[in-house]
Amino acid sequence: MNSATLPDYKRMTPEVRERLDRIAARPVILEGRNVFKRFPTSDGGEHTVLKDISFQVHSREFLSIIGPSGCGKSTLIRILTGLESATSGEILLDGKPVVSPGAERGMVFQKYTLFPWLTVCGNVMFGLESIGKDRDTAENVALQWLDIIGLGKYADYYPRQLSGGMQQRVAIARALVPQPRVLLMDEPFGALDAQTRTQMQNYLLEVWRNIDITIIFVTHDLDEAVYLSDRILALKANPGEINELIEVPVARPRLSRMLLEPEFLATREHIDKLIRPPVKREDRCDFQIINMVGDKTHL
Amino acid sequence: MKNHNGSCFAIRKALTKRQEYILLVCSFALPLLLWCLVSYVPFLYHPLVRVTDSGDSFLCARGDLIERSAFERENKELSSAGEAVMKGERANPTYLPAPHQVAKALVTAFLTPPRRAGDSWFHESIGHSIRIVFLGFLISSLFGVPLGILCGTFPFFEKLIEPFIEFFRYFPAPVFATLCVAILGINDAPKIAIIFIGTFFQQLPMVANTTRSADGGLIEAAETLGASRRRILLKVIIPDVLPRLYKDMRILLGWAWTYLIVAEVVGTSSGISWFINQQAKYRDFANVYAAIILIGCIGLACDMFLAWLGRQIFPWESGCKGMLYRAAEEIFGPRDRVFSIVLPKEERRKRYEQRHLA
Repeated sequence: MNSATLPDYKRMTPEVRERLDRIAARPVILEGRNVFKRFPTSDGGEHTVLKDISFQVHSREFLSIIGPSGCGKSTLIRILTGLESATSGEILLDGKPVVSPGAERGMVFQKYTLFPWLTVCGNVMFGLESIGKDRDTAENVALQWLDIIGLGKYADYYPRQLSGGMQQRVAIARALVPQPRVLLMDEPFGALDAQTRTQMQNYLLEVWRNIDITIIFVTHDLDEAVYLSDRILALKANPGEINELIEVPVARPRLSRMLLEPEFLATREHIDKLIRPPVKREDRCDFQIINMVGDKTHL
Repeated sequence: MKNHNGSCFAIRKALTKRQEYILLVCSFALPLLLWCLVSYVPFLYHPLVRVTDSGDSFLCARGDLIERSAFERENKELSSAGEAVMKGERANPTYLPAPHQVAKALVTAFLTPPRRAGDSWFHESIGHSIRIVFLGFLISSLFGVPLGILCGTFPFFEKLIEPFIEFFRYFPAPVFATLCVAILGINDAPKIAIIFIGTFFQQLPMVANTTRSADGGLIEAAETLGASRRRILLKVIIPDVLPRLYKDMRILLGWAWTYLIVAEVVGTSSGISWFINQQAKYRDFANVYAAIILIGCIGLACDMFLAWLGRQIFPWESGCKGMLYRAAEEIFGPRDRVFSIVLPKEERRKRYEQRHLA
């Protein structure tokens, strides 16, 4: 299907429209207000990474942040967690400004960040113990959660004994167990192979459907963003600013076959145009010049 | 000798267990073989001649060790004068005893009483040396490890402490020998102090560096889980670097042994280096070698023990909980988990629920 025959990405069925309106009517959980991030450069100037980012995330919403590489999407999510601070502007969680990392904002990183010296159970307990639960309670709650999300039999394994996908599942569990208000995810499936990745996306949707959690998901994968999200925040690079906030016209629950539906493809196509960088002259290959074989008969 | 990678010289490819074992044996056998060749094959090295029959020579007596050229010159003179020539066999100098002599000395050194009354037996000397090394190392670690971890964690302590330590580190420990004696007297105290100085000022920057290598990703993960600063230090940074710190400690213990020899000649000479000096004075070089080899054996045994212990106490590195780790879990774990090995997880959970519902 070429782009000429695709429907407008803004067109959606009344059910989807109604669903999105329902989400928009829910209270705002996380809000960014005119967030700027600048780094000083070596020549004394300033490099603007994020420029005037403002957005609102509603309760139980799934929001993706997408953009070309270097658009500052990772920086943005680090500011949301409180690991970095904005140069100006503010992040509000339930109306209160975010200044430092905290248990009410769970985070799943792209790198595997399970504590290798703790078992799966110990890792999941870590957050609970950090917020003051005693060891017994923490262990019990952790075991219950591991059962719920299908990791019960791995409780005594060390992270190194698990595959990458399993490790990320445990990382998601670890972030969810202290019951944060929002779950922030920074390309959590970026290091996984394509097959595991699809599995993990479905797993995440399953978890999200059953738990009262708002998710902000950073990715550079178009399919992933469209497949998972209610809304997609597309950023521009240099400086990173909001390009468009797109409402995804695809119905829920999402299924793998929806990847081929016209609404899906239209949205994908639109975002692709938004964030694809123009091909530069120097990036093109000119096979008239490069002739490594020595004769041109094959060209 | 080919392994599954095709060649035993493949870059960074694991060898088979069998190959590793053979190479381990060779690594000790080859130097020993060299030593045996030099000691037992008469035409290799053997620069001297041991006189077995002095003939008519009045310069040499039976049993003398002389240079081969001198032996031949003397014999030439004797034969030209028509007198009986000397007989002798090629020999190595006394400072190069044969392996069997050293092996024998390894046993007899323990059994021979000291030549002078009041001197210590060989095992007493060794015991004294080991005590000095471990005391020095222990005292150094008591200060060096916590301070190093602080420096590696908080830039505040790094900037406050490390510049001076970096400066002090370049003083060779032996230059403090006389000072230590002046301040601490002549017995064991200055020796321990030398080992402390030699170890501590290397240990602190080493521990700090290792602590700085703690995985930033893990620290950030802990922060997002709401862990306090204290909890991050105790439950993330320290466990993360502990296996590497442990390896550092093994290396540093080796250094402490090298400072031992300096430390033992400070003040009153004592311990294994006193023994070595005494035996060298008596020209009993087999004993000297025996003592040196014994230091190596003690060091190696110590290191092997620590390596084994490391595998036991860091199960996440090897993937299985060792005997000792499980025992420690039982002893230091929470009260109701004393029999956690026996109790299956479901049972533990049931108990918990009972207690909390009551």
